[in-house]
Amino acid sequence: MRKHLLMAVPAAAASAATPVYASDMQVQLEIPRLRVAEYHKPYVAVWIENEAGKTVATLDAWYQTDAKGEDGRKWLPDLRTWWRRAGRAASMPANGISGPTQAPGRYSMQFKEGTRPLPNLTAGAYTLRVEAAREVGGREMVSIPFQWPPRTAMSGSAAGTKELGAVRLTIKP
Amino acid sequence: MFAKSSLLAAGLAIGLSALMPSTAAEAHRRWLLPSSTVLAGEAEIVSVDAAASNALFVFEHRAMGLDDLTVTGPDGQAVTPDIIGSGAYRSVFDVPLKEQGTYRIALVNSGMMGSYELNGERHRWRGKRADLESGIPAGATNVRVSEMAGRTETFVTLGAPNDTALAATGQGLEMIPVTHPNDLVTGEAARMQFLADGAPAAGLELEFVAGGTRYRDDPGIRKLTTDAQGMVSLQVEEPGMYYLEASTSSDGGPAADEDGAMASEGAAPAKRMSYTAVLEFMPL
Repeated sequence: MRKHLLMAVPAAAASAATPVYASDMQVQLEIPRLRVAEYHKPYVAVWIENEAGKTVATLDAWYQTDAKGEDGRKWLPDLRTWWRRAGRAASMPANGISGPTQAPGRYSMQFKEGTRPLPNLTAGAYTLRVEAAREVGGREMVSIPFQWPPRTAMSGSAAGTKELGAVRLTIKP
Repeated sequence: MFAKSSLLAAGLAIGLSALMPSTAAEAHRRWLLPSSTVLAGEAEIVSVDAAASNALFVFEHRAMGLDDLTVTGPDGQAVTPDIIGSGAYRSVFDVPLKEQGTYRIALVNSGMMGSYELNGERHRWRGKRADLESGIPAGATNVRVSEMAGRTETFVTLGAPNDTALAATGQGLEMIPVTHPNDLVTGEAARMQFLADGAPAAGLELEFVAGGTRYRDDPGIRKLTTDAQGMVSLQVEEPGMYYLEASTSSDGGPAADEDGAMASEGAAPAKRMSYTAVLEFMPL
């Protein structure tokens, strides 16, 4: 389903030691380990909005894709900002975008401009948004603003406090 | 609670209000409360409570009857609800959502009611407008009739919202959403237009109240008034289910002349229209 590369980063590889990829955009995010009585892996959406707040691309959507049991799409609206701005108008599963939920850990995603799911973006100001929602848990969204295209390698980061750990965006010309 | 003035008013209006059906006579709030308003997947079911109450959204007074339940699907076609039943304080039904888009779930009623005197006795009558002529016997005097139209509704959407089910019917008091009723979020003004029998309802007074009244001291009633085009803005800072209510009444012309013969065509009877809706505002 997912064509771009999703890598679980070994815990030892701290963000300073992130390997360098020949890609236009790299998103790293962390799903924190939580001590709760009932834990379910979170639904996560990663998308880009333009200056007007319009979604230009959903880069990733993690949800319960397991065919057994109930349709995991039922809970997609819990990613309520993504749902309103992009999800409800999309058909899931979406080739190259959606994938199964992930266990706590660090993840790295590579995207190349012009290659699904990252379209060619016109020059301007954008915001990367990462939203996580957990069954019987909370919901959190972090945002990282950036300018496109990057003149030099740039990075930005943000951190969640509950449902998301560190989120880092790296873009390169 | 039972002030003299209200007893007086009740006495004056006895011919009408004493026999108003569920929709108009009671000051209680009437609502349809859906289990969710924003849903996803191939198909879903939304479960709805129907009640009349004082507190929002607490079933503590009376179940709403479901005889007038109308569900309109995303294609404008009627959807058959699954009626579960009625208890003392609420009725419950499920609505199967099999098509993507917006559903309008409503209790819609209309009709006429009134009273007349025959052989010195006062009689009450209620029925459809078409039956008015035959419903009131020849020789009746002191005929008083009024027309009423009530709508109690809510909206739910499976997948992406659409507007087909939101089209005006031209009957009674209606809300025509400019902002989609399942796209309401905190901090953003939602625009709604009100129509009375299809025409903009200018200067209409509305009450707009957040749910959860049981847990606060302030009743939290916001009074709003529509502008010349019947437009009003709804904006909230706290997410949740909200209740919106409006009603109008007109005196109309004489319904009958001195002899009790029905008034000529064109003499509009008194008309009362009411509207209530439950709207969910999501956190942004």
